[in-house]
Amino acid sequence: MKSTLKILTLVITLLALSCGGGEEKKEEKTKVQLKRQPTTKKVESKSNDTKPSETIDLTNKGVGPITSLDITADVDQAMATKGKDVYDKMCTACHRIGKKFIGPAPNGILERRTPEWVMNMILDPEGMTQKDPLAKALLMEFNGSPMANQNLTEDEARAVLEYFRTLK
Amino acid sequence: MKNLLKSIVAIVSVSVAFTSCNNATSSDSKSGALAGNVAEKVYVAPGEHDEFYAFVSGGFSGQLAVYGLPSGRLFKVIPVFSQDAEKAYGYNEETKPMLNTSHGFVPWDDSHHPDISQTEGVIDGRWVFINGNNTPRIAKIDLSTFETTEIIEVPNSAGNHSSSFVTENTEYVVAGTRFSVPVPQRDMPIKDYKGNFKGALTFISVEPEHGNMDIKFQLIMPGFDYDLSHPGRGKSHGWFFFSTYNTEEASTLMEVNASQNDKDFIAAVNWKKIEEYVNNGGGTMMPANYAHNVYDEATHSATSTMKKEVLTVNPLDVPGAVYLMPTPKSPHGCDVDPTGEYIVGSGKLSANLTIHSFTKMLDAIENEKFAGDAYGIPIIEFEASLAGVVEQPGLGPLHTEFDDKGNAYTTFFISSEVVKWKVGTWEVIDRQPTYYSVGHLMIPGGNSRKPFGKYVLAMNKITKDRYLPTGPEVTQSAQLYDISGEKMQLLLDFPTVGEPHYAAGAPADIIKPRSKKLFNLEDNEHPYAAKTEADTKVVRDGKTVHIYMTTIRSHFSPDNIEGIKVGDKVYFHVTNLEQDYDVPHGISIIGANTSELLIMPGQTETFAWEPKQEGVWPFYCTDFCSALHQEMQGYVRVSAANSNTPLRWSLGEDIE
Repeated sequence: MKSTLKILTLVITLLALSCGGGEEKKEEKTKVQLKRQPTTKKVESKSNDTKPSETIDLTNKGVGPITSLDITADVDQAMATKGKDVYDKMCTACHRIGKKFIGPAPNGILERRTPEWVMNMILDPEGMTQKDPLAKALLMEFNGSPMANQNLTEDEARAVLEYFRTLK
Repeated sequence: MKNLLKSIVAIVSVSVAFTSCNNATSSDSKSGALAGNVAEKVYVAPGEHDEFYAFVSGGFSGQLAVYGLPSGRLFKVIPVFSQDAEKAYGYNEETKPMLNTSHGFVPWDDSHHPDISQTEGVIDGRWVFINGNNTPRIAKIDLSTFETTEIIEVPNSAGNHSSSFVTENTEYVVAGTRFSVPVPQRDMPIKDYKGNFKGALTFISVEPEHGNMDIKFQLIMPGFDYDLSHPGRGKSHGWFFFSTYNTEEASTLMEVNASQNDKDFIAAVNWKKIEEYVNNGGGTMMPANYAHNVYDEATHSATSTMKKEVLTVNPLDVPGAVYLMPTPKSPHGCDVDPTGEYIVGSGKLSANLTIHSFTKMLDAIENEKFAGDAYGIPIIEFEASLAGVVEQPGLGPLHTEFDDKGNAYTTFFISSEVVKWKVGTWEVIDRQPTYYSVGHLMIPGGNSRKPFGKYVLAMNKITKDRYLPTGPEVTQSAQLYDISGEKMQLLLDFPTVGEPHYAAGAPADIIKPRSKKLFNLEDNEHPYAAKTEADTKVVRDGKTVHIYMTTIRSHFSPDNIEGIKVGDKVYFHVTNLEQDYDVPHGISIIGANTSELLIMPGQTETFAWEPKQEGVWPFYCTDFCSALHQEMQGYVRVSAANSNTPLRWSLGEDIE
């Protein structure tokens, strides 16, 4: 009896876990309804309840080719325009403005990350998810969906960063 | 009693175990002592690269296999003349035209002799050429993508066997007919072969920058069988040599009737002279019909063009261009040493190897040391061009290749061995058995001015007991020998894909740096490419529907499609948006009467689907692409032919 209970608990927990990302499901139509187990949440949220995507870390430069980057006070509009072009071509399969898609929305990213971190994430996503704890946590938050390396040049990545500065 | 039996069984079992154990140990140590450091010589540690590429023909598989040497590891099978469901070659809409011929779509051939492009007599690693033997074709494989990018059909040819060897600056890739036929083809009695059938030797020019092939001229020779060929090099650059048999011009019971003559010929063709003749307006344009299929890397698509004429040259119209050197007996290999001085004829039925001297040949021509003529083509006196013979080196010589130290290596089919001999003195230095019935052999660069004489690869027709049995059909094999010392040493044998007729090898350093990692999305000019998800759409045109679809880890866009009807022809044009190395995606859908697609980063490929039943049919990614590969799937709703379901598509939200 005891073991049946254990197995049942395990099955339910697993089901709950696999349903983790399904907040947007329409409640009334969904047949499988399972409440999130608060216990699974507890482990990740040792420090606070902030999701990795909402965590603000303006000191971490990440791991990758960019170690320091100076940004002008004003947005370089020409560069931002070029950046939008690159972004539209190479990034929109997974990132949409103003909404979470496969990956997070880029709006306001520089209020949460250093410019170096953003550049490194674009230029070397594999290295970042292996070596940068925040990037690793983000991979888990986004269902283990890896960020694709789209082989942008450093100039292109820089332009995309400039474009991000125009997104509020 | 029972116990006794038991203990006997036990004792016997134990002793058997021990005995076999002992046997194993002793045989191990024996082969160990014999083998020395053999394993070490072919060991390429995990993660390390081989020193050489070997491009080994697939014979009746129609393909070309890429191995590493010395490890013998198989890296890729490049589809050339046969459809390949794995890579969608000949199945997807883009590559179907590659297999078009004057006989329609021909999805198979017999691929024989790969040869790597050369610059100044040295292999340059840009392209590999290979011949399709059955429906005569020459293919070009681009070694930046390891894909077949061009196939040209050869008219007036049949059994395209003395092919596809390149001249020393890849001016031409040469294709000779094995079977002579009526030229042009016509309805006539077979018994009238003699004097009426012809053998076409085709010189296909190769444009130096992009390698585009075009038939420059066909030399219409007497109706012999043209078996193999090799280019002159160095001093003999400008000449090409073809071995012939069936100079009897028999058309039946060839194994007897084509073996009557004491000597057949090696035909020496001065192609520079004919080129000049043709450039000055010589030759006769003949109506023809042959396919020229070109794959364009920008559109990721092939087009097939039917060509309607070919320039032919009668050898008698170009005096001094063609001579025949008598060579015993039905020679197969016709191989030129790195200096270009010696032409080795391997008379299949002869006891000796016959070696002609290029210098002596020129001298004989100048002094008209002729023994007669064949259909007006001068036959040089046998002794006049003869440089020497290798006396009784083995049985059934087929093919010779050369190292960089003045040695030659000849295969003997009947006696199953490779024999090493000295060029110039003609003495036999060493012989090693093959397992079994070796055809050709290959030394990287062995058909050039600069061989890399570290290994020779022998290719065997028969393996019998060499591997674990696999029913009546067993594999062919390749065997690797170390030839760096005086004696050859057998290092390795490994099974091959199809029957390896010949191979071409090159140091990895020549090819590796040019190998592409992906296709730039920006450069994609496929007419149905969707280069971003914003470009994805579904367009109906009557009963034809075009889906402009994209893939990226780990979703298709769109992944829900409605409004498809029974009886539609639906084209999935799928662009892989990835721009990272080694991230292909695949796709197929239930009931598609074709293969999957396997789409490289930045590439667009298309498959056609004709849904026959109403329903909601899933499609999915067929190449494991990421941790969320299993989630990479979608649905197409198929409605009745007369339904009003609107054409709609979506990703990430319900179709409303």
